[in-house]
Amino acid sequence: MIALLRRDLILAIRAGGGFGLGLAFFLILVVLVPFGVGPNSEILSRIAPGILWVGALLSCLLSLDRIFQLDYEDGTLDLLATAPLPLEAAASLKALSHWLTTGLPLTLAAPFLGVLLSMPTEATIWLVTSLALGTPALSMLGTFGAALTVGLKRGGLLVSLLVLPLYMPTLIFGAEAVRRGAEGLPTSSALLFLAAITAGCAALLPFASAAALRMNLR
Amino acid sequence: MNFGVENLTCRRGEVTVLAGVNFDVAAGEALILRAPNGAGKTTLLRCLAGLTPPVAGRLKFSTEDVAYAAHADGLKAQLSVEENLQFWADIFGTKTISPAVETFELQDLLSRRAQDLSAGQKRRLSLSRLMLTGRAIWALDEPTVSLDADNVARFAAAVTQHLRQGGSAILATHIDLGLPTARTLDISPFRAILQDTPSDDPFLDEALS
Repeated sequence: MIALLRRDLILAIRAGGGFGLGLAFFLILVVLVPFGVGPNSEILSRIAPGILWVGALLSCLLSLDRIFQLDYEDGTLDLLATAPLPLEAAASLKALSHWLTTGLPLTLAAPFLGVLLSMPTEATIWLVTSLALGTPALSMLGTFGAALTVGLKRGGLLVSLLVLPLYMPTLIFGAEAVRRGAEGLPTSSALLFLAAITAGCAALLPFASAAALRMNLR
Repeated sequence: MNFGVENLTCRRGEVTVLAGVNFDVAAGEALILRAPNGAGKTTLLRCLAGLTPPVAGRLKFSTEDVAYAAHADGLKAQLSVEENLQFWADIFGTKTISPAVETFELQDLLSRRAQDLSAGQKRRLSLSRLMLTGRAIWALDEPTVSLDADNVARFAAAVTQHLRQGGSAILATHIDLGLPTARTLDISPFRAILQDTPSDDPFLDEALS
């Protein structure tokens, strides 16, 4: 099992693997916002939680179509499906490696980008906590979307359309937790909801993803 | 290992390609599938490998015992030959990759990335993966594509050795490998005449008829 995770991480880091793509996109998006909105720090600090969360969500989308598509195209997915590793485990590991290459770097970079949007310092801890709790759900939902569209030409766009509505609860509770943190209100209910979404995704989606893959490999 | 199928019907996408396939293969024996293009050789092999569940009929073995090699090589271009093999060895829980490397003479290529290999070398690497699976039934789809005569002989030797150790194989191929215990099966008679299965939608059926 570790072999698949290690291979995916190596592939992500080597040339053309797309590691850092999401992070760079996140960075550029956050840098662009003050140009669009204007340098008024009061407005910026009010919209910062929403911008950072939407940015994290969009940069997560960027690499979704790579999760299964490359393995499908070179025939590896067929071989993996006939290997002793259950497809459910393969789908979980794919989601984990997607999170390690996008969600985790985003979570770590977010406090620095929060400064660019003059986010209140007391909100930083809540930003990191909410991203750490919420981004695994984004990777798992994305893996499910990728499994549904594997084998379709230009499936990347379709994945976005399928997955974005599913990202909505995570976005709502994630941004809400940061907003409440910034205003000094209790954040626990929003964070609990985020954790519940992630836990639910972890419990259900590997099976859904594996079922979608089996359908698409027929 | 003995394996066989009974009255098997298999489907590719929405089209029923083969119906009523029957065969039995004994341990140490190879079955060569011969049929024109499009007759359903790949469909049958994918069914045996467990990728497409049979529509009807029975597989008299577990698909867990099948090592499948498809048209596509299933190699990662950015990984070296050794990394590619080691990955599959880890997935199948095989300790060493050296028998596979030796049989297909990949020693000199180990550190080279798969993207820098020729088509024939990629094929050899892909076939050597079979030896790492430790599985008794080899289901091979056009295994000799882009191999030269020497490497075809090398591959035939690997299959022969596998058969001698009690394994069995089913191959879709157009060339004669000279396997000592091979039988040939023409699957053309099993082609499904009805190309479309009736759908669940009565209105659609009416419109089509």
